Formats: sequence, C-alpha cells, structure tokens
Amino acid sequence: MSEVIFEKKSRNPGEHVSPTDPLFKLSAAIPEKHLRRSPLGIPELSELEVVRHFTRLSQKNFCVDTNFYPLGSCTMKYNPRVNDQVAAWPFYARIHPYQEERHVQGMLQVIHELEEDLCRITGMDAFSLQPAAGAQGEFAGLLIVKAYHDLKGQKRTKVFVPDSAHGTNPASAALCGYEVVQIKTDAAGRVDVADLKTKAKKDTACFMMTNPNTLGLFENNIREITRIVHDAGGLVYYDGANLNALLGISRPGDMDFDIVHVNLHKTFAVPHGSGGPGSGPVGVRAELEKFLPQPRLKRTEEGFVWDYDRPYSIGRLRSFYGNVGAYLRSYCYIRALGSAGLKRVSEFAVLAANYLKARLKNHYEMPHDSHCMHEFVCSARAQKAKGVKALDIAKRLLDEGIHAPTVYFPLIVEEALMVEPTETESKQTLDEFADAMIRIAEQADRDPASVQAAPVSTPVGRIDEVKAARTPNLRWQD
Amino acid sequence: MEPNKLKFAETHEWIAAEGQTARVGVSDHAQREMSDVVFVELPAAGKDVKQKESCMVVESVKAAFDVYAPVSGKITRVNEKLKNEPQLVNQSPYEDGWLFEVELSDPSELGALMDAEAYEKAKTTAH
Repeated sequence: MSEVIFEKKSRNPGEHVSPTDPLFKLSAAIPEKHLRRSPLGIPELSELEVVRHFTRLSQKNFCVDTNFYPLGSCTMKYNPRVNDQVAAWPFYARIHPYQEERHVQGMLQVIHELEEDLCRITGMDAFSLQPAAGAQGEFAGLLIVKAYHDLKGQKRTKVFVPDSAHGTNPASAALCGYEVVQIKTDAAGRVDVADLKTKAKKDTACFMMTNPNTLGLFENNIREITRIVHDAGGLVYYDGANLNALLGISRPGDMDFDIVHVNLHKTFAVPHGSGGPGSGPVGVRAELEKFLPQPRLKRTEEGFVWDYDRPYSIGRLRSFYGNVGAYLRSYCYIRALGSAGLKRVSEFAVLAANYLKARLKNHYEMPHDSHCMHEFVCSARAQKAKGVKALDIAKRLLDEGIHAPTVYFPLIVEEALMVEPTETESKQTLDEFADAMIRIAEQADRDPASVQAAPVSTPVGRIDEVKAARTPNLRWQD
Repeated sequence: MEPNKLKFAETHEWIAAEGQTARVGVSDHAQREMSDVVFVELPAAGKDVKQKESCMVVESVKAAFDVYAPVSGKITRVNEKLKNEPQLVNQSPYEDGWLFEVELSDPSELGALMDAEAYEKAKTTAH
C-alpha cells in the first residue's frame, strides 16, 4: 500500500516554509481573533516530492489507457484524445454559464445539433441533454411517465422491469413513487411475453427495458412487447446502457419505445469510471416533448435562446447547461464517424463479443448459447464445483493484467461473468484475454487453490469485502 | 430448527408454523448463494405482508436480495440481533439467523409450500 501524502516525510525537513511577504500584514486584513495560531495541517514536502508522489499513484491506476477492460454493461472503450482536445479549447472551456446567450451562440449550436443527432440515432423526436448521468436520465424519464399519466388523470402505480434489469431501473421507479414489478425471463433469455401479458393492466405506468438486454441478447419480440404495454395504456422506456450494440443498425424509436436515455459516457466517447462527469440525455417522441426538463433550447430568428415558458415541464434537473464538456466530446465523435462509422462501431462491438464467446464456449458454461450482441454472460458453475467461484476468476484475471469482467450480474445467472470487449480492441488483445480465461479454467481444474489465492501481483491483494461492508472505516485516521 | 420439519418457498425462504404464528428465515442454500451477508433491512413489526410479495431486503457483498413473504399476515416480531450481527444469516440460517415472525391470516396458504425433500430437488432450478 502506498503512503498517503500526509504520511510522507520530507527529505529536506524545515526547508519548505510557506512563502511570506513582509509587505503583507495578515493581521491588517483579518481580525486578530480569526487568525490561525497553529501551523497549517499540510505536509511539508518539496514540489518535486509532490510530483513524484502523485505520478507514482497515477501509475498504479488500472484503466482503459493501460489495460484491457471488458467490464460488462459498462462499455469501457477507448475514447479518442482528439475529442478531449476539442473540449479543452479555451473558447469552449472558458465560457461562463452566466454569459448572455448572444455571446455563446456557438456552444448553443453544438447543443442543438447534438440533440438532433441523438434524435436521428435513436429515432426519437426531441432530446434534452440536461440529465447529468444515466441514473438522472432514468429519473427524468420516469418523471415524464408520471407527468404524462397525471395529465391524463390516470392513476397508474406499477413500473415493470425484467428480472435481469440493471439495479438503477427499479431504483429510479421507486424514487418516483412507483411499485416495481419484475417480469420473468424465458428459457431463451428474453422477456417472457406470456408473463408480461398477465401483468400488463390498467395500473401499468411503464415498462423499463434495455435492448439488447443484460444477457447481451436482442429482444426479438420487442414490437410485440411494446404493443402489449401500449394496449394497456402504459409507456415503454429504453435504458440506453446497451446502445453500443445498435448504432446505425436499429433504433429504439422504430421499436416503438416512448422515452429513451443514452449514456454519452458509454456510447459516445466520454471518459468514465472515475473519469467523469458523465451525461445522460433523455429523448422522447413528439407527444411527450412538452414534459422535457426546462429550460429548452429554442431556435429563433435572432439565434438560440433558452425557453423557460414550459408549463408542462418536469422542471430543471441540472444547473446551467449540463455537462457541456461531455457534449463537445460526443458531438465531435458522432460528426467524425458519421452514420457509416457509427454503424461500424456496433458491428465491431458485436463481432468482438461473438468471437470471444465462441473461443470460450468449450471452457465456460454459456447459459444462453445463441448469438450475442455487444456482450455475453458466461457462468463459472462448472468451476464452482471445484471450489473456484466467479470472483476468484475475476481476481486471477488481474494477475494476467486484465480488468475483471462484471461478476454476479445479471442476478438470474449463477456465478455470472459478463464480458463486453467493445469495438476498440484488436484481435490480438481479444485472443490474449481468451487465452487467459482458458488458462484460468485449466488452473481451476488442476490447482483450484492457486486461483483462490489470486491476485498475487497487484499492489493490494485480496480485499476483505465482508469487513469493508460490515465495519467500514471511512476515515484515513481516527 | 430441523430443516426437515420446515416448509420452503420456491424463492428460498423457510417457514416454521405453530398454530397461528410462524417464524421465517432463508434456506441454507440461499445464504450460500448470497454469500456473506452484510446488512439486513428488517420489516417493521405490525406491518402486513402478502404471500409471494417482497417484504424485506438482505444485502450481501454480491448484491441486495428481496425476501418474499412465504405466507400472508402481520409481522409480530423481528430478529433484532441481525442489526448488529447480520452474519448470523450465514452462520445459522435455521436457528439464530431467523428473520421475522408472522401471524398467519390464512393458514391454508402453507399448503402451497414445499417440504424439505421437494425443496432439495427444486432449489437449483428455482430462483
């Protein structure tokens, strides 16, 4: 474990005193009683020592920039640097949100055009970029569901989620006061249409889904599913977590979804996983446009203005313009790739996942052995018989220099390992991962203890997750 | 409590009924699947629960799991010990790790539950 900076001792103690200016008398500016009596509680270190400390820490960071990161459902792909450069250009980065609209027409035009691009990509009629991340996008979507039913004078209390859903879906529904009802998954790994039919009634407010679902499978019956919910008077919500599988190929709007959120930080080249902030724009079909968060960007003859006259709006969710740094990155990414390029993104994401699935299927159980989309879920059930769990395999992968896949999710697959390679990895990297997974399966068979002992090569070994959860120590010092 | 004297739900809860009241917990198989339990969100005494509906949550290092009421009725007592010792669910699922007691509103519901032998057969496919 590394020392934290407060534990570090200077190699030249006593030499690094705070700069003082004899002309500046602190007591003249600040009343005597407010002046500090004790020395500042900051470490006494030279600039060079500080630089080395933080550089070393940064080198321990396990990230997309250093290693393969097939974390299922998180789309940890490489985000081209050029988009970061554009977002850092001073004439965007130094805009102040209180500047007059007529001074920032360029930025407003980027926001407007990105809204239009997202409409085209998803098949929706209107977008608001305001939600600051995916969970807030869901929250916005559910508030829109509520506003829609309230305006119709309907009391609808239930929100459906598949039993394979992301945890945020039931959480967002509960936050908006809805009762969450699980819809079963059928033997083929898709929404059980018969179960949906029996549950869709006049108290149904909404069905929240991802497509492809969290098993990495495309919902083949999606048009029937949306029709069943619509016939019951409910709305259908598309969680854009898995949009990386569909770009330029298929659109939520064409599947008759009513509300969509997309994660710019997953699909559209915004760094994430402690690299945020993210952005979770929410899109709707025309009938629901009036409910979108306010203010709405409006085009007038004098240029773009923010429109606050929105009586049906669910209100404001985020201060100022939202996370504009994310918008700029996504705008450049989408414009650089174009529709043909975006389609290739998804084609390669799907190809990479299917390639890995095919390479691993003789070594790990595949609970659903049909073609997958951009990710797949395998099970360590066979390895568990030897005492090696999905968690052990995940830890052993760290020793192989690979970030662990998502484990124990979705909950409906025992000992789940969820792998999303993304489109940005080479075949060589995919092969290295497959080889590592196969090697671990062999070790689990031959010498299970060696896998259970992993990781052995990381700065910190196996963390006591039970102790961390039962008696968390949230302070550096007592 | 001897597992072979208990009734089981397909969602992995056990129930020990005596007259109008019953004690409820999760099965040994369930605690093993959940792995180390780190927090138990107990229902409030006096709360009405309905058979097959979620009535409380058990959180492990893996995930948060809903516990479904195996029968309908009113919660009369909860296992306060679990507030400080959630690990009892792992260590002693059929004894010290019990979750709550319920006053049955319809004892005939017990008929829909499995005995230990049937549960043993069903547990790997049920979820």
